[in-house]
Amino acid sequence: MLFCNPLIYFVVIPLVMLACLALCRNIKQIRAVAVVGSLALTALSIWLLCDYLAQRAAGVDAPMLFTGSWSWFGPLNINLAVGVDGISIAMLILSSIILLTGSFASWKIEPHTKDFFLWLILLSTGVFGFFISIDLFTMFMFYEVALIPMYLLIGVWGSGNKNYSAMKLTLMLMGGSAFLMLGLIGIYYHSAPAGQTLTWNLLEIAQNASIERGWQYFLFPMTFVGFGVLGAMFPFHTWSPDGHASAPTAVSMLHAGVLMKLGGYGCFRVAIYLMPEAAQELAWIFLILTGVSVVYGAFSACVQTDLKYINAYSSVSHCGLVLFAILMLNTTAMTGAIMQMLSHGLMTALFFALIGMIYGRTHTRDIRLMGGLMKIMPFLAVCYVIAGFASLGLPGLSGFVAEMTIFVGSFEQSDFFHRAFTIVACCSIVITAVYILRVVGKLLLGAVQDEHHLQLTDATWWERTSTVTLILSVAAIGCFPNFFADLIRFTFSPAIFAALGMN
Amino acid sequence: MDYSQFLVMKQEIGLLIVFLIVFLCDTFMSRRSQGAIGIISCIFFAAFTILGFIPPILNPGDAFSGMYNSAPVVINIKNILNVGVLIVMIQALRWADKDMVRVRRGEFYELLLVTLFGMYLMISARHFLLFVIGLETASLPLAAMVAFDKHRYESREAAVKYILTAVFSSAIFMMGLSFVYALAGTLYFDGIAMALWIDGVNVLLAVALAFVIAGIGFKLSLVPFHLWTADVYQGAPTPVTSYLSVISKGAAAFAFLVILWEVFGEAYPQIWEWMLYGLIILTITIGNLFAIRQKNMKRFLAFSSISQAGYIMLGIIAFNGMGLAALLFYILVYIFSNLAAFGVIGAIENASGKVWMDDYNGLYKTNPRLAFTMMLAMFSLAGIPPFAGFFSKFFIFTSAINQGSIAIYILVLIALINTIISLYYYLLVVKAMFIKQDECVIAPFKSACSERFALWICVAGILALGVVSCVYNHFLDISVA
Repeated sequence: MLFCNPLIYFVVIPLVMLACLALCRNIKQIRAVAVVGSLALTALSIWLLCDYLAQRAAGVDAPMLFTGSWSWFGPLNINLAVGVDGISIAMLILSSIILLTGSFASWKIEPHTKDFFLWLILLSTGVFGFFISIDLFTMFMFYEVALIPMYLLIGVWGSGNKNYSAMKLTLMLMGGSAFLMLGLIGIYYHSAPAGQTLTWNLLEIAQNASIERGWQYFLFPMTFVGFGVLGAMFPFHTWSPDGHASAPTAVSMLHAGVLMKLGGYGCFRVAIYLMPEAAQELAWIFLILTGVSVVYGAFSACVQTDLKYINAYSSVSHCGLVLFAILMLNTTAMTGAIMQMLSHGLMTALFFALIGMIYGRTHTRDIRLMGGLMKIMPFLAVCYVIAGFASLGLPGLSGFVAEMTIFVGSFEQSDFFHRAFTIVACCSIVITAVYILRVVGKLLLGAVQDEHHLQLTDATWWERTSTVTLILSVAAIGCFPNFFADLIRFTFSPAIFAALGMN
Repeated sequence: MDYSQFLVMKQEIGLLIVFLIVFLCDTFMSRRSQGAIGIISCIFFAAFTILGFIPPILNPGDAFSGMYNSAPVVINIKNILNVGVLIVMIQALRWADKDMVRVRRGEFYELLLVTLFGMYLMISARHFLLFVIGLETASLPLAAMVAFDKHRYESREAAVKYILTAVFSSAIFMMGLSFVYALAGTLYFDGIAMALWIDGVNVLLAVALAFVIAGIGFKLSLVPFHLWTADVYQGAPTPVTSYLSVISKGAAAFAFLVILWEVFGEAYPQIWEWMLYGLIILTITIGNLFAIRQKNMKRFLAFSSISQAGYIMLGIIAFNGMGLAALLFYILVYIFSNLAAFGVIGAIENASGKVWMDDYNGLYKTNPRLAFTMMLAMFSLAGIPPFAGFFSKFFIFTSAINQGSIAIYILVLIALINTIISLYYYLLVVKAMFIKQDECVIAPFKSACSERFALWICVAGILALGVVSCVYNHFLDISVA
């Protein structure tokens, strides 16, 4: 039955939250709904994690667990099909944590508080639905559900050049999804050998492996570019800095933290998983593009003066690294890619939360106009330093683990092309250190620039809750990487990736 | 003659009865009680619509030696049109109560029903004579409806434009028919198809098809036959515009499908597939590009409806059962979405007389519900999930790609890229209402009961049609069979 499957509740809970929000009368109720709902989602995802590990330990070796499938548009073989593996669970946990901390971070959002949360929860419905779906149609539907609320969230509650950014972001992402839609329909029509029933189900398509090589060459770029736009792949990344800079805090967090992961996840789950042959042949094109994102994003971040722009370009660089690692097509690098998704998601959410809090006090994000914040608001400043260290890959925090795994995995490819690009991508770590330390030095440790800033207060309790949760999660990945690596490893079991020729 | 044949025409007969009731009420009711004429029409038409959905009442079949056909698909498209007409009728109640229109409101409902009757004949015809009668019955009274606000200059001008185009396109269409007759020696659909099957495809057929497609292209306002659309939509009274944009277009699209598939199916790969490729690309692209620059809401929706017609054509080019189902579903969803948009425009026009996009700035602040409905309509037209428009677009693309050639992939890609352009201008409306909240042009007002009721129906349709899969599954069942 539909409601016996635990995964369905990842969509049901947000829908219930939407209904409750619609009935809310005052801001306290709204906050209560947001916090209780996202706590429930976090609890559900953690329970799912434990149950998943228990089942794996008991020797269940199906590629996806908790699977279920209910007919929707029967004649077209469209089902509401759900199922998760380690990667999806990792993403679900990430999403629920960021939704929770995002709710705390938008404690005082104005105006139209209720509408803000309605759109935010609608967005997260799409995100959760995307991660639990294994049916290409429902996956795509949830993907688009997650995109469109961004327009209003940025347009109404954003700052700066918000009209332009909101329109640019929406149109570019929707443009990506146009290619994606064509790719998915194409996959559907080649999903089964001639004469058999076609299917939208990911696992069945992977099992049939019936997409001919010629079609793969056409469909792989379609789907990869489609998802790659959301993964901020060069040259389709330009929506990201403008969009993130204009978005309100919680939306930046959710967007950089979770939504950009939809891109990486989709590239892996759809493009590479279903079309391994084309992936191997065409990976080099996209490796060049993602390599450019990694380095170019990092260099761009160096010259920005707006805190959000710095972090947005750093996201381009880090998300580029995710796609870069996926395209290396070996187990180590892909494990690294997933860890980088988790790590970047939490870390960048932490950054955006902190930037939002600083901006809320100083009313500027220009680093030239601020200084000495360590003295004025020590708690926020220390958190910022921690986030910065995670970003530049200090051992003990998540960034180090992820980047280390990625580069080790990439270097396993023995040919010159891959190694050369790995070395180039490695340079981004150094550049990251440059822009992170520049901000830390100028903003936190430098001289106070503005007399008025001396009166500013430090973090409130809800801000502390938000940041501390994120810091603990970042540290958890950094200190116990094996746990997460094990969780992910099952997905790359030999049976599934024999087709990829992966070791 | 076997009079039981008339029993196949139950929908036409029912419509005729509703028409007679409205006509008699309009003629014999006292001047004072005539205010009820709109409500009477709505009630009887609603009853008629509901009866159409009860399966045992309507029986499929042929009549008059194959001139008239009432297949399950035909019954369904008529039901779809009925739902749309009902919504238009309810939306028109408030407008029909205005000073200049009040004395003639009975005529409005009568003309509406007559044109619908013509569309029924167009849809059911399996002989070109009956088809042309239907076409004319559907077009000429519409010109009178376009001119209904006769005190307004634009309305009169639009009517002249409309009638000239209608006559012109009929002439072209009949020119094509005469060629077809020269080729086949008959005007029965199946007779022509048989003759083409025997004779094969030749140049005269290509010329004939070009004329036929051009003739119907005018009705559907496909580019390059669209030039009348924007002016007529802008000039006509809003209920008439909404009627023109959804019902008239839906009926013409379905009739177009029947003619191309059943009569000229033989010429699909050689001739009309390529003609349609060109028409679709032109229609979608030009419709979209012109819509971007429009400032008047009705003109804006005129161009948006031109590009929507291009998407509907994708179902025809699919040339299989899935395409037919997708086309029916698209028309149904399009009816709900477009009528929601026109409902809001009509409500605002009735309350404040404002029809420009700039007037919608800050509408969310003053009239949140109307703004919200408009946003749903725009999202549905743009094809954003979870609203119905997403599903209809997805299905129509899926059905087109079923054909499998690289050319169709490229066509669908062009159509998909165009959805991004369309998303841009639909978002402009959303932006005006939600984001530009600094200035509020339209003061808060309470829309009439009838307007709200019609909008509720549309919103329910937009929200439910996609998610509830049984509608589309039903269409697919009947059209693949």
